[in-house]
Amino acid sequence: MKSKKDNSRPGHRRRTFSRGVAAAWPICLGYLPIGLAFGVLAQKAGLSPLQIGLMSIFVFAGSSQFIAVSMLAAGASLLSIVATTFVVNLRHFLMSSALAVFLKNTDRKKLSFFAYGVTDESFAVNLSKFRDSQWDLNSALVTNYTANFTWIITTVIGAIGGQFIPAHAFGIDYALIAMFICLLVFQIRGFIYVITAVIAGICAVFLSMLIPGNSYIVIASMAAAAIGVVLKKKTGWGEGR
Amino acid sequence: MVSTEYLAVILGMGMVTFLPRWLPLIYLTKRSLPSWLVEWLDFIPAAILSAILLPALVTDSATRSLDLGRPEFIVAIPTFVFAILTKSLGGTVIVGMVLFGLTQKFLSF
Repeated sequence: MKSKKDNSRPGHRRRTFSRGVAAAWPICLGYLPIGLAFGVLAQKAGLSPLQIGLMSIFVFAGSSQFIAVSMLAAGASLLSIVATTFVVNLRHFLMSSALAVFLKNTDRKKLSFFAYGVTDESFAVNLSKFRDSQWDLNSALVTNYTANFTWIITTVIGAIGGQFIPAHAFGIDYALIAMFICLLVFQIRGFIYVITAVIAGICAVFLSMLIPGNSYIVIASMAAAAIGVVLKKKTGWGEGR
Repeated sequence: MVSTEYLAVILGMGMVTFLPRWLPLIYLTKRSLPSWLVEWLDFIPAAILSAILLPALVTDSATRSLDLGRPEFIVAIPTFVFAILTKSLGGTVIVGMVLFGLTQKFLSF
């Protein structure tokens, strides 16, 4: 369809909404098996669908929710669960920082609502969209909350009757990996980004085998980005991108 | 029903998850950043996506050991090529899923 300029508010709103939802579908597809699996697991660990739904609403961070459930089942203390969650989700600090570059002087209230929905997946999708320049915070909010809604619903469905759903059909377990592959390709805008990504990946692989938890993500990417900056200075690669 | 202990756990979890997501967005969007920081942040997406992705492809998450023969890694190669050639997010997701679904089918026999 021809995209003619449409400044009328209802039309504009509708477009913002549909763009946001459209950008979220790979995330939703990927959340489906993980959300169901989480619901099943949490229910087996003794949590009710209501408890599971509340955790998905308050926390909205997949891997730390899995960890928290296993810690709850093992009778861990509140403090150790919260501390573990903090460390596991610290990587979002880097993601929000990278997103902040594109969100100069925007409405604080909207930014706070946006911050709630920053996950690995929404970060990757929104960042490549922001670079397109056609993207705005409203569409990004729709993307985040579509993904959030999917997460909450699928975890609760998993808790209620997940064991009856064939969660591993159609290669759906690979949806998020495939999405990350393509979004990584979008981030490669020159040779120096290839070098940075390769360094980050290899560092992450070896660190992940050496240190427990997922802090390898933060350490490897911070170090690789620093090497990228130094290489850019020293070599001049990627100056005129 | 939901006990207060459980509510305290998820509220605590929610708070320590929200703060690292929120602080940079509120703090960094308000001021002009030094150029080295902007340059560094420019490399973060490529670095962080690769740091999430590669261990998921070539290591066994349970044993934390290197294994280059995992179907996740083998399927990733044609998926990568498809992504580079088409630059299509939807297409890449579908192709990756179909290829991975096929390997699962063959492995289960």
